[in-house]
Amino acid sequence: MGTGGLIWGKAIQTTTKADYVLRPPGALKEKNFLKACIKCGQCVEACPYDTLKLAEPGDGITNGTPYFEPRSIPCYLCTDMPCTNSCPSGALDLKLLSKEEEEESPEINNSKILAVIHKESCLAYWGIRCEACYRACPLIDKAITLDYEVNKRTGMHAKLLPIVHSDVCTGCGVCEQACIAEKAAIFVLPIDKATGEVGDHYIKGWEKEDEKRINEKIEKVDDDKDVDSAIDYLNDDDLIDE
Amino acid sequence: MRKYKFLIPRRVIQLSILFLFVGGNFWGWELLRGNYSSAIILDSLNLSDPYAVLQILASGFLASSSVLIGALIILLIYMLVGGRMFCSWICPMNIITDLAFRLRRMFKIETEVRVALSRNLRYYLLALSLIVSAVFGLAAFEIISPISMLHRAIVFGSGAGWAIVAVVFLVDLFILKAGWCGHICPLGGFYSLVGKQAIIKVKHDKDNCTNCMACFDVCIEEPVLSIVGKESDFIRSGACTNCGRCIEVCDDNALKYALKFDLKKK
Repeated sequence: MGTGGLIWGKAIQTTTKADYVLRPPGALKEKNFLKACIKCGQCVEACPYDTLKLAEPGDGITNGTPYFEPRSIPCYLCTDMPCTNSCPSGALDLKLLSKEEEEESPEINNSKILAVIHKESCLAYWGIRCEACYRACPLIDKAITLDYEVNKRTGMHAKLLPIVHSDVCTGCGVCEQACIAEKAAIFVLPIDKATGEVGDHYIKGWEKEDEKRINEKIEKVDDDKDVDSAIDYLNDDDLIDE
Repeated sequence: MRKYKFLIPRRVIQLSILFLFVGGNFWGWELLRGNYSSAIILDSLNLSDPYAVLQILASGFLASSSVLIGALIILLIYMLVGGRMFCSWICPMNIITDLAFRLRRMFKIETEVRVALSRNLRYYLLALSLIVSAVFGLAAFEIISPISMLHRAIVFGSGAGWAIVAVVFLVDLFILKAGWCGHICPLGGFYSLVGKQAIIKVKHDKDNCTNCMACFDVCIEEPVLSIVGKESDFIRSGACTNCGRCIEVCDDNALKYALKFDLKKK
C-alpha cells in the first residue's frame, strides 16, 4: 500500500516536470495553484480567444490544469477578466490582480508574468530596424519603449532598441507572438524566473525615499549583538599589523 | 420497453449533462458549465464534487467558500438519494463501462484475473488518495481521474483523454468484470460510503422471487444482491448504484424502488 502510494505520488508529480508553466492571470503561486485547482476547465471555457488550454497527459504539465503558450495564442487583456472571474476554487484570485485598497479594480499588469529580451537574437540589437514587438504591444510606449543608440558599426545609423518596462508589462505575450525571429527573441516568463533581487542592504543613496532605509538599518544593527564582535574583529591587532 | 424503463432515462440524463457541458464550451450556454468536479448552474449556483474538494483540503488548501458550499449541497443530496446514484445516473464513464459489461455478456467473455481483486480495493484507494494528496500536495485522484479525462475528451477534444478511457474500457472488457466501477474507482467508493443510509433503495420481495438469477446477470455490484431469494429486505449496501437494472429485468415483480426510513443495520 505504501509502495502504491509512492508510485501514485511520483506518477502525478512527474506530470509537473515542466520548468515553468504560464498560468492564467491571478493564479496563485505554482505550488498553491496546483493544490487549489479543481481542474474544471471553466477558465478555459471563459477565455474568448482560446488562449487558455487544459493540459493533458503528455504535455508535461499537471493533467487538467490551465496554461497558455503565447507564441501560438497570447493573452489579449480582457478588461473584465472572464478567466479569473470564472474560477470557483480560488486557484485564480482576482485579489492578486488588485493593488491594495482597490480590490474592486483588478489590473492585469499585476500579473506574475514578464517579457524579457534576448539581445543577441534580437534583430533590433543587430542594428536592423524591426519594431515588431514594440508595435504589437498593447501598452505601446509604456510596457515597451524604443531607445535610440548610435550604430557604432556603421557610424551613421541609429539602433532602435526595444526596452521592456517590468512595472508596466502584463506578460500577455503579444510581443512573443509578434517577434519575427524563428524562435522568439522576446518572450514571457513567470516573474520569478525573469527577475533578480538585490539584497536590501543595498540602498539607492540618490533616491530620498530609499535613503530613509539607512536609518532603519542602523537601528536594526544596534539591536544586533554581533556588532561588537564585528568591530573587535576589525580592530584586532593581527589584522592591523598585517 | 419495460426492460429499459430506467436505462433509457439514465442514458438521457447522462447524455444531456454531457451535451450541456459541450454547449457551455462551444456555444457559450450558461445552463451548465465546468465539469464533474466543479460546475456552475446558470452562472450562479456552484456544485462541486465533495471527494474532489476533500482531496484539495487534504493537500493543504482551503478551497473557496462557493466550492465548499457546492460540495456540501452535493454531499447532502447524495446522502439522501444514495451516493452511487451519481455513478449510474450522472457519471459518463458509466456509459463506457456498461458497454463493456454488456459486451462481456453478449460474447461470453469470462476471463477473470487470476488474482481476483477485492471490491474493497476502492476503499483502500480512497484512503490512499487522501494520503497521497496530503503528502504530495496535489489532488491525487483528480489528476488521473478517467471521469475528468472522458469529459475533457468530449468537451475539449483531448486525444490522451480518449486513450485513458479506452484503457479502462479494455480492462473492463477483457480483464476484470466491472473492473473500474465495481472495484477500482475511489469516487465510487466515496459515494458508497456517503449513500449507506440513503432513503431511496431497491427493495426485494422474497415471496415473488423465482430464483431466476436474472438480476445477478445484470448487476455490476453483484454482492449487494446477496439477500435476493433469501429474505425480503432493502438492498442495504451503499455500493448499490440504484441503477434499477435488476428491477427492469425482474419478471416476477420481486424488486422495486422503495423509500427506506429506518436505520437498521444488517
